[in-house]
Amino acid sequence: MNLKRSLVTVALAATSLVPLAAASAAEVNIYTTREPGLIQPILDAYTKETGVKVNSIFVKEGLAERVKTEGANSPADLMIMVDIGNLNDLVDAGITQPIVSKKIDEAVAPHLRAKDDSWIATTLRSRVIYSSKDRVKDAPKTYEELADPKYKGKVCIRAGNHPYNIGLIANMIVKDGEEKTEKFLTDLKANLARKAGGGDRDVARDILAGICDVGIANSYYVGLMRSGKGGEEQLKWGEAINVTLPTFADGKGTHVNVSGVALAKNAPNKDEAIKLVEFFLTPEAQKIFAEGNFEYPVTADAEVNEIVASFGELKPDTTSLAEIAAARKTAAELVDKVGFNN
Amino acid sequence: MADIAAHVPTTRLKLPGGWLLASTLIAALVLTPVIVLIALAMRGSGDVWPHLVKYVLPVALRDTATLLAGVGIVASLLGVGAAWLVTAYRFPGRRMFDWALLLPLAIPTYIMAYASLDLMHPLGPVQGALRALLGIESPADFRLPDIRSMWGAILLFGLVLYPYVYLATRAMFLMQSACVIDVSRTLGAGRLASFFRVALPLARPAVAVGLSLVLMETLNDLGASDILGVRTLTVSIYSTWVNSSSLEGAAQIAIVMLFFVIALVVWERYARRRQRYNTQAQRSRRIAATELSGLGATGAIIACFIPILFGFLLPAGYLLSEAIKGVAFRGLSVRLLTETWHTVLLAATATAVTMLLGLTLAYTTRLVRGPLPPALVRIGSIGYAIPGTVLAVGLLVPLASFDNAVDSVMRSWFGISTGLLLSGTGFALIYAYSVRFLAISAGGAEAGFQKISPSLDGAARNLGETVSGVVRRVHIPLLRPALGGAALLVFVDAMKELPATLLLRPLNFETLATHVYAEASRGTYEDGAVAALLIVLVGLIPVALLARASRLPFAEGARAGEKRPSSV
Repeated sequence: MNLKRSLVTVALAATSLVPLAAASAAEVNIYTTREPGLIQPILDAYTKETGVKVNSIFVKEGLAERVKTEGANSPADLMIMVDIGNLNDLVDAGITQPIVSKKIDEAVAPHLRAKDDSWIATTLRSRVIYSSKDRVKDAPKTYEELADPKYKGKVCIRAGNHPYNIGLIANMIVKDGEEKTEKFLTDLKANLARKAGGGDRDVARDILAGICDVGIANSYYVGLMRSGKGGEEQLKWGEAINVTLPTFADGKGTHVNVSGVALAKNAPNKDEAIKLVEFFLTPEAQKIFAEGNFEYPVTADAEVNEIVASFGELKPDTTSLAEIAAARKTAAELVDKVGFNN
Repeated sequence: MADIAAHVPTTRLKLPGGWLLASTLIAALVLTPVIVLIALAMRGSGDVWPHLVKYVLPVALRDTATLLAGVGIVASLLGVGAAWLVTAYRFPGRRMFDWALLLPLAIPTYIMAYASLDLMHPLGPVQGALRALLGIESPADFRLPDIRSMWGAILLFGLVLYPYVYLATRAMFLMQSACVIDVSRTLGAGRLASFFRVALPLARPAVAVGLSLVLMETLNDLGASDILGVRTLTVSIYSTWVNSSSLEGAAQIAIVMLFFVIALVVWERYARRRQRYNTQAQRSRRIAATELSGLGATGAIIACFIPILFGFLLPAGYLLSEAIKGVAFRGLSVRLLTETWHTVLLAATATAVTMLLGLTLAYTTRLVRGPLPPALVRIGSIGYAIPGTVLAVGLLVPLASFDNAVDSVMRSWFGISTGLLLSGTGFALIYAYSVRFLAISAGGAEAGFQKISPSLDGAARNLGETVSGVVRRVHIPLLRPALGGAALLVFVDAMKELPATLLLRPLNFETLATHVYAEASRGTYEDGAVAALLIVLVGLIPVALLARASRLPFAEGARAGEKRPSSV
């Protein structure tokens, strides 16, 4: 048996370049689709405070598949994701378990948690309208306005099938139905100044370049640009635009999406993992999210960053996140159907 | 191929059975993820399929075909043209261009795309300078067509991928018998005519080898195509997966794509069918270079400089300036050192394994008669064009099942938990790289073997060498240039590989490529620029070695020319 054991050890050492340390009490393993640069400061703060080591791997497509196939032996404790749809996919894949914590229940409103608490939102972001400071006097107040012929050849937006746009389109489908949304997409496409593509920051950049006058992009990019964190050039892009928090035509509120964290079904360090989620919701961590990446905090007492606060008070649209997630597939099909990216 | 093997007497011996078995195993290893994908595709209910057929596939097929055709033309023109210039003519700087034309190999397509978007943006340096020159104030009044388009993609891919064609074609021109060219000249053909009617047709197999690598790179690319807004099959696979949460639908498109790949492989095979024509010309005098001067020389210099300028100098210069800005802004991260080490370690291990597997496949075709061994090489080559993440998912499933099975057996028998032995470790990464890049090593070894006369094997065996002894003491020394070239290509490719690395790597394990991607995907280019620059710098080492190694035939050819040995 000793021999067997050492054989196993040899095999382990031979097959892995960096053998994974066996799970010990004071560790948490994170699989994340959020870029390490965004969450590392919070993880570092946690390690500093508690001495718990946080291991992480940044993955994009295939995170759920990896955790699923790793099965019972998966080292994953927490899965950090952006977009309601991605969080829901984890639940659908059957690789999550409820996060049972009184602290969390008290900190986060029920609509920002999964029904069974499989995932918890950690931050919010809104999809807003950028418009040229120089050329646009009356900034559009609704998303639908951007499809108005008066903006023909003046709109910039990233690819229609990017998750941020899919979320927005799905939100509209829940509100107005498929047909109306298809018309909106067709008209919006007709207004585009350039092929849909690039990133959200490119909307501001192209507005500065005079390629377009208005566009749709996420709220936190404005903070990243205007704070100077992205360097001098991006500062100029950020200064070239005004930001409005639009509503849908019904005037009820702005489309918001979440970033969140889910607990893995086979989490080897479950208790430590839940403690880390609780830490994400402390004022300290929420402040790092708000100041570091200019996101909206999810806890009631946390403060919004100054630059973000300058857009005005966020009034989130009331459509349920679960319904939006369910409409994502239809949204993606509509994008293909109208040839939005062509 | 088969008719060469027919002369080898070793087929009567029992040993080759072992080689055949090994080759079959290798092909099975490559096929495993493909079979998993097919199973995934079959599992799909097919509810997304009507939508895919109606709206997604037509665009994807059209874009893929256009991109492949365009990139093929650009890469061939640049690669063959440059190869002919540096082998058939002498002009100032030729010795430098000879290796410098390989430099774009060091630039990954996704980095090329990022860099070009910034360089060519209306607010960027190129158009800014152009406007200043023309006295135009605002980009609103004048701007170049958006590079985020099909033509932009064709140019960018062509500019960084042409070296595959250049490398293969150049080697072939160097090996071509000058006599053939001389005969054509004597018969009254001009320089151009002898190029088009003699040199080029003879080099066609080499062009095809290089071109098939270019096309497969283009086909499986995700980063650059996505950034440039070209909706290829690979891009469609991803958006189907991500937005429709349909891995099955994605697998179905991947299967469609496999047909493209098989078509490419078959075509490459077809184009190579006459390669044995060249085996006899191995040691003959190389083509005498014509001295160019004046206008001709200037033209040649410009023609050689343009691909280097746009394919290497501009993007590398851009990275350098961004890296300097980034370092000044944020300082240098110590993580970069570890990441560089990871990158080199992984790429080197993958290269060793991949070369060994490729050599085995190619040697089997030499030892064993019949259609099976060449078929195994073809099967071994299909991994090159499977998009990285799709391949990675195809590997995750069998590896993790194996791990979990071993774990449960070990638990119940010995009470030991072995955990994940293979998935989530370096093994998974090396496996993925080997599957992806076996086409290069097997192709390189195969082409090399074809240039070694089978009579050498017979002679060595008669003198008492064993089958593997022949490989060790006769083939490897003779194959060294061909194998070296392939190994360096595998190394560069493994180092640049992103999607499979991203999904399969262990916790807390970053490479330069994953670092670049993490920064680029949140739009912080400057932070990623240093890592990107390191990829290019590390990539330059093998490119330099490659340039050195591929210069050898020059010297050899020249010497052979002087001594004129009659034959091998």
